[in-house]
Parts: sequence; C-alpha cells; structure tokens
Amino acid sequence: MPEPLLEVTNLAKHYPARGVFRRQPAVRAVDGVSFHVERGETLALVGESGSGKSSLARTILRLEEATGGVVRFEGQDVLGLDPRPLRALRRRMQIVFQDPSGALNPRMTVGDAVAEGIEIHRLLPTAEIPARVSGLLQEVGLTPEMAAVYPHELSGGQRQRVGIARALAVGPSFLVLDEPVSALDVSVQAQVLNLLLDLQRTRGLAYLFIAHDLAVVRQVAHRVAVLYLGQIVESGPTEEVLTHPRHPYTQALIASAPEPDPTVPVARLVLPGEPPDPSRPPSGCRFNPRCGHPARDARCLEESPPLRPLGPSTVACHHASMEAAEGVR
Amino acid sequence: MTPLLEVRDLRVTFPGTGNEVSPVDGVTFSIDAGETLALVGESGSGKTLTSLALVRLVPLPGRIAAGSSIRFGGTDLLALGPGALRQVRGRRIGMVFQDPMTSLNPVLTVGDQISETIRAHFPVSRAEARGRSEALLLEVGLGDTAGRYDTYPHQLSGGMRQRVMLAIALAAEPELLVADEPTSALDVTIQAQILALLDQLKSSRRMSVLLISHNLGVVAGRSDRVAVMYAGRIVEEAPTDRLFAAPAHPYTQGLLASLPRLRGPRRPLKAIPGMVPRPEAWPPGCRFHPRCAQVMPQCTSEPPIVAPGEGRWSRCWLGAEGA
Repeated sequence: MPEPLLEVTNLAKHYPARGVFRRQPAVRAVDGVSFHVERGETLALVGESGSGKSSLARTILRLEEATGGVVRFEGQDVLGLDPRPLRALRRRMQIVFQDPSGALNPRMTVGDAVAEGIEIHRLLPTAEIPARVSGLLQEVGLTPEMAAVYPHELSGGQRQRVGIARALAVGPSFLVLDEPVSALDVSVQAQVLNLLLDLQRTRGLAYLFIAHDLAVVRQVAHRVAVLYLGQIVESGPTEEVLTHPRHPYTQALIASAPEPDPTVPVARLVLPGEPPDPSRPPSGCRFNPRCGHPARDARCLEESPPLRPLGPSTVACHHASMEAAEGVR
Repeated sequence: MTPLLEVRDLRVTFPGTGNEVSPVDGVTFSIDAGETLALVGESGSGKTLTSLALVRLVPLPGRIAAGSSIRFGGTDLLALGPGALRQVRGRRIGMVFQDPMTSLNPVLTVGDQISETIRAHFPVSRAEARGRSEALLLEVGLGDTAGRYDTYPHQLSGGMRQRVMLAIALAAEPELLVADEPTSALDVTIQAQILALLDQLKSSRRMSVLLISHNLGVVAGRSDRVAVMYAGRIVEEAPTDRLFAAPAHPYTQGLLASLPRLRGPRRPLKAIPGMVPRPEAWPPGCRFHPRCAQVMPQCTSEPPIVAPGEGRWSRCWLGAEGA
C-alpha cells in the first residue's frame, strides 16, 4: 500500500507554563493526535475553541514547533527538516486562513501578493510571472484586472479568493484550510466552498479542512475527525460520523447545530457546562464532566479511553457501542 | 389590537461623499405582545442599524430621516425627550448584543452591574437590588456558585458573559427584548445553551423578542415570523414555517439554496452570484436584480409589494399583476 500524502503520528504541542512563577501547568493544546490524509482527499478537523485544531494545523506546517510526535509528508520527516529543505517543502503544503484581510499585506496589490510565493521560490522567470498571476486569478474566479487593486478594495469573498490564489501559486499538493468560510456571508460562503471543491477536482489537491460548522464539513469532507481538548475523540467517513455518531461529544455537537428548518425540533440535547481549561484536563476521559451517557461510571473518571474501531469509525469512549447513536435524523 | 412595536418607513441616513446614503431605507414591520420576529440578513443589509434606530442609538453622523415612524406601546419614540426616552430604552425595551465584553464594564462586578440597572429604573434599596440581582443570576443559570455576584467580566467565559447581559436586560423587566446576533460569537454547544435559555425566558416572562441574526438555523425554531432584509429593505416577510417551506422572494430562495445542511440528501450548493452591494452603489428598482436568477426587464423599476395572504408579503415583480 502506498504511503499516505500526510501521516501524523502521536503529535503533541504543549505551551509552557505562564506567569513569572510558572504556577500554571503547561497547556497541552495538542496531546497525542494521529491521522492521515490521502492524495486528493479532504479530512475535516472539527472542534470548538480550545480543542487545539488551529495549533494542530500550525504545528504540522511547522509554523510552530511540535513538542513531540512525527509528521510525514510526501515521504519526508517534516519535524526533522533543516531550514533549507523545509523551505522547499513549503511549496508543497500551504495554508489559507479564516480572516483573509489579516493574511494579506494592505500595501501590496493583489497581483504582488499572488506573485510573492513564485518570486521567493524562483519558480518562473520574472517576465512570465504576470501571465501566471492572471491565470491564477481567473482560476479562483477573479478577473486579471484585479491584479492592480489593493486588498481593502475587495469584498471578504474576493479577499478569500486572493488568499487561495496565493496558496496555489507555488503549486502545492496539500492545503490546510483554517475556517476558510467562517467569516463570510452565507451567499458568498457557498461560492467559496464550490470553488474549493472545483480546485480539488482539477488540481487533485488534498485538504485538511478545519471547521466548527458540521453542515459545511458535510459538504466538503470525505472523512472527519472530532477534536476535544487536544485529542481526537471520534473519526470516520463523514456520512457515517454524522448519521451514526458514537461518541457522546459528537452526538452533542450534531444536536446543537442549528438547522435552517422549522420542522426540525430544536435543542434535543444541550451539552451542559463549558470545555475545561486545557492546562488542567479532567482525569480519565477528558469529556467526563460534561458527558450525559447513561453508562458513565467510575472507569470514565479514572481511565483515559483509547481510540478503538467501531464499525467504519474510530471512537475514544469506554461505553460507545454500535447501538444508541443519536445522529442526524 | 395595536401591536407592541410598530415601525413605518424607517430610514436612516448618513452624509455621503456626494449624496446622502440610506443604509436603512424604508423599513416597515410590527411586533405583537409575546411575539418573536426574526430579522434576517447578511452583513450590510441594515439589520443592526434598524435595531439601533429602535432605541435611537444610531451612531453619528447618521440620523433617522423625517417621515420615519416608530411607535412603541402607542408612544411615538421619535418625539420623546431625553428623560422620557430613558423610560423606554433599557427599561421597556431591553437589549443584548453579539459581543458582551464591549457592553460590560470591566471594572465593576457583574452583580453590581445588574444592581445598578435595577436601581436606575426602580426605587429600591441597595440590599433589595442585591437580592433581585442574585435572583436574576439564578434565572439566567449563573446561580450555581456562591460569590458569582462578586466576579468580574474577565473571569467569565463568553457564554457566561452573555448570560450576564441577559440578566442586565431582564433587570428592568422589559416588554420587548432586542437580541442582535446574541450567539454569533459563541461555540456551537454554548450557542445551544444560550438559545435554550432565551427560549425559556421568553415564555416564562412572556416577552416580545426581536431576534436579529444572519443565521437562518438560529431563527428557524424560535420565531413566529421572519423578515428578510437585503440592501436596506425588507424584501420578504412571512410566518416562519411558510418562509422556510415556500420562500417567495428570489433572494430568500437563493439564501436557502446556498446553505449547507446537516440533514436530508446531500446536494451541491447553489451559490448566489456576485455580492451584497454597498449603499452608495444600490442598483435602481429591485436592489437584488443584478444577482437574481429570475430577473425580468421590469426589475429595474421599483418592485410592487405582493401580498398573497397567509400573513406574508414580498417586494418583487414575480407574482405581481401583469408581470
């Protein structure tokens, strides 16, 4: 079997204790996460704030240094790379951020922003760059004339298209999409999601799609992994996880998602409390203080549940079973 | 029966580089006692400015144009002097906004902020106000910890701060609660908690609610009627179940078709082309026509209001006589 495009094993990212006297314990933002992404595939990472999903993405790209674990991408050991080969690798893995305005230099024209990566990596002779930039802008649904404008003259949707063009400019095989449509209006959100699906088809791109909106995830992802307090609690094929969620947290996420349909009863299952402080995760199963599973017992308080296969999914819950799945109805 | 709130031809104008612009441009709606109206729209539709105009909090240099009318419980709010206005704003009309951190005072405890509101509106002693505040904290689900009264806003999570905002809004026992994107900054499980709380308070206190949101999912299960705003105007209003089952205006149809859904068969999203225009660039006639899939020649002139009954109407040439 060929190696997956991206393979992450036991990745950890801990932030050191805060404060002069370091009385706070370290924050274990990512704490032993393993997954893989195949060529041309979309894996969605779903989680709420504090789940560690953005730290995870930044660590994979080495925008931050990992505390432990292994990341293999296109056969290379990413975490062990020296600066020069790391730069070369960055051509192949790119990121698109949630807030396109924060990611674009306000004093750089759209054309210069898209050309920047091509210039840094010396991918083309200077004379050929404008034509390539025009082509990229058209590929993301903008006009070549937009090369001359500044980011502030663009709408949010157009800025996100520029962010995508910029990432594509260096010819990646893999994109991390960090909440790419969360800041956009619904009518524009659909445009950008459709663009991402088209680009995946035409360019064979693999995506790590970070999101909190399960309906968006359903639209784009082949597989989904649900994160809670720095750990994966459930993963599997998207439709399977949404229709037969096995972990109580996944079930709560699905039940909490507001559905634009007045015939769907609201709030069938509201999760109590808030996610605990990641510097002081609960003992045993990290979800146990909020868990409403009828079989919750002493073992949940003492023993951290390992991920185990359950049907086509993988679940970290002592009491998850093939029955009793309250998913999308 | 007279509605609790009646807004007619509301126009909010700002001085522009050339002509004045009107980000809210002729908005008409009403809310009955005990009723929840949802005002839905994308950014730039004018929904937040509409809610601010209700309590005369339009930011300068904007102003409410002559010819606008806002009547609340029979009183003309636009004619009130400052003292009388204070008897309505924050008292009979309560407000919660998206970001509680900017509305809470960082150097006062949450309990003191609730007490302050109570004492601003009712002639009660400090001790009495404290007692009522503690009861309100309990009512909004913050009564589980002793000493919650004495916590500061920064010690609370986003969801808890929104609960405090609700307690402050309820402190004056309002007849109408204006909730502008009350859960948009919150995680989905916390959003579900706050929405459940809002539903519960609405029925226990029999308040009217104006729920403003960009999220059709948030309004679907908890409003009696929905008004959809686009480019400064309401383009369609209907009972909630009718609006979702059979949207009349092409913009509403487009919004619903562009929404990803968790339930039902998975289908490709139908995006609305283009983007929401800015007030200075609003097209003539129907403001949605350049993006509309069903555009007709007459759409460049002012669309008629079509009211097929069932308490619904839309502003569109489709379905108009002779169209």
